[in-house]
Amino acid sequence: MSATSFYELEQAPPPMTSRIEGELLEVSLGPQHPSTHGVFRMNAALDGEIVVKLKPVFGYLHRNHEKIGENASYLGSMPYTDRLDYFCSMTNNWAYALSVEKLAGLEVPERAEYLRVILAELTRLQNHASLLGFLLSDMGAWGTPLMYAFREREKILDLFESLSGSRMMCDYMRFGGCRVDPSPEWLQRAKKIVEAFPKFLDEFEKLLIKNEILIARTQGVGRLSAELAINAGITGPMLRACGVNYDLRKVDGYGFYPRFKFRVPLGDHGDTYDRLMMRALEMRESLGILKQAFEQIPAGPVMNPKVKIRAFKPPAGEAYGRIEGPKGELGFYLISDGSANPYRYRVRPPSFINLTILEDLCLGHTVADVMVILGSVDIVMGEVDR
Amino acid sequence: MIGFGVLSGMAVTLRNFIGSYFEKDRLTTVQYPEERETLPENYRNFPFLVYDTDDAEAGLRCVACKICEKECPPQCIYIVKSEDKKPDYMAKPQFYPRIFDIDISVCMSCQICVEVCPFEAIKMDKVFELSRRQRFDALLMGKDELAKSNTYYHQIHPLEAAEVDANLAAAAAKKKPAVESKATPSANT
Ligand code: SF4
Ligand code: SF4
Repeated sequence: MSATSFYELEQAPPPMTSRIEGELLEVSLGPQHPSTHGVFRMNAALDGEIVVKLKPVFGYLHRNHEKIGENASYLGSMPYTDRLDYFCSMTNNWAYALSVEKLAGLEVPERAEYLRVILAELTRLQNHASLLGFLLSDMGAWGTPLMYAFREREKILDLFESLSGSRMMCDYMRFGGCRVDPSPEWLQRAKKIVEAFPKFLDEFEKLLIKNEILIARTQGVGRLSAELAINAGITGPMLRACGVNYDLRKVDGYGFYPRFKFRVPLGDHGDTYDRLMMRALEMRESLGILKQAFEQIPAGPVMNPKVKIRAFKPPAGEAYGRIEGPKGELGFYLISDGSANPYRYRVRPPSFINLTILEDLCLGHTVADVMVILGSVDIVMGEVDR
Repeated sequence: MIGFGVLSGMAVTLRNFIGSYFEKDRLTTVQYPEERETLPENYRNFPFLVYDTDDAEAGLRCVACKICEKECPPQCIYIVKSEDKKPDYMAKPQFYPRIFDIDISVCMSCQICVEVCPFEAIKMDKVFELSRRQRFDALLMGKDELAKSNTYYHQIHPLEAAEVDANLAAAAAKKKPAVESKATPSANT
């Protein structure tokens, strides 16, 4: 018997289209689709307009990130982490630096810790702002809110650029501190941008949060129960939208977060509207953290002088460093065998794990809602596919 | 009232639209390439090799130690070390790179080569308009294309270059106090 050719396999109907009800229609959304936030495909089986089955397909952007990490030096992996979630390179850097610091037991100077908090919160601001913009444009408010959000994001990216040299691929943090010391002017400028940010938030809320169309499209759509969220390992704003009080900044207290006063916004219904509001509220809290950080930041070195970043060889052992990224728990798991590159390098990407429950969120909703639900999950394909 | 949310949203849009004619922070775009923003001091793009004096060949600071080649994460640097030694700008015999290539199409602008170079020989450039018409080796830059003078370095990164020159001068003064007047490249740049 000859083996089934690849062509025949392609021709065979996928199991999804088996016509149980007689009227199922299979629609492939993506990978080239303006609302899939990258090269992501969803195979949806539709009964009329209602989704009865949905299979996420990803891997189009797979770049072998983890294997590259195992072959690069500890320093050499740092710029690669920028390319995971390219919206939030600063928090990626931090998570990686944190796990190497745990692995080798390195100290970080005080000023660098404050800088990390400042940059992580700025990252959260720009990530959430652009997420809201994207989500609204998925809902049909095409362009306008997104451009307003990008205008604000651009100010923060300019800050990143003048500090680290690059808007998005910052490669700024190092294990044992940060790469460059910001000038007092930079801090002043950052402070000014943060002080002007509430104006944008007020305007943005007025623009759409009370909009009747938005409310009709989001409330009660894509409901996620707290049990399912916990069982599936969902983290970040998505988990908190279901009312679970779990924020690593409070739970782990990594960095200097215990020194800051802030509240963790919690949702109630776990629907798309709650997820959207969660981002808006978190931005307000981030602004509070930033304000405190600008007041408290001390002078001093930004790099631990004892750390040798080149030819860095941590002792054998393993470590898991995790932070509350804008999208959820971002962790790096490293196993060292004492050589110059990690024996195992594993990323826990929040967008990937938050994406696993997409089908549960979408079942019973219309195709148009699928896009909105996907937008509220907040994914970046660079991180999902790695 | 139904519809009020939509109307107040439209008022915001209108305010932004009209405001963009009057307020600078509501209209932040520039019309590239006619208008350009000044790049920040720390802006980085692709690496170049620094040379002192006027001679791009003899004044090259690089001593072909190959540290950057080893550390570059995507491995886009290729160096062949010379067999003989040549006096460098401090009149000390040193090896020099016979071939020093960087494949700019592979380089990811991470600045690690700059950080690890112990001789301040490689720095980040600010040129970003580098599109080429050929697909293959047009972006493979050799030593002649990469070498740029210290004066140029001062133009693009004034603060950083001044610091580097001060450090080099201090190191030279520590090493040979006799010739320090000759060995300070910062004095005339
Ligand atoms: S550029 Fe610097 S690190 Fe690279 S070979 Fe030359 S001297 Fe060595
Ligand atoms: S900037 Fe990074 S990728 Fe480019 S040559 Fe230097 S080390 Fe290699």
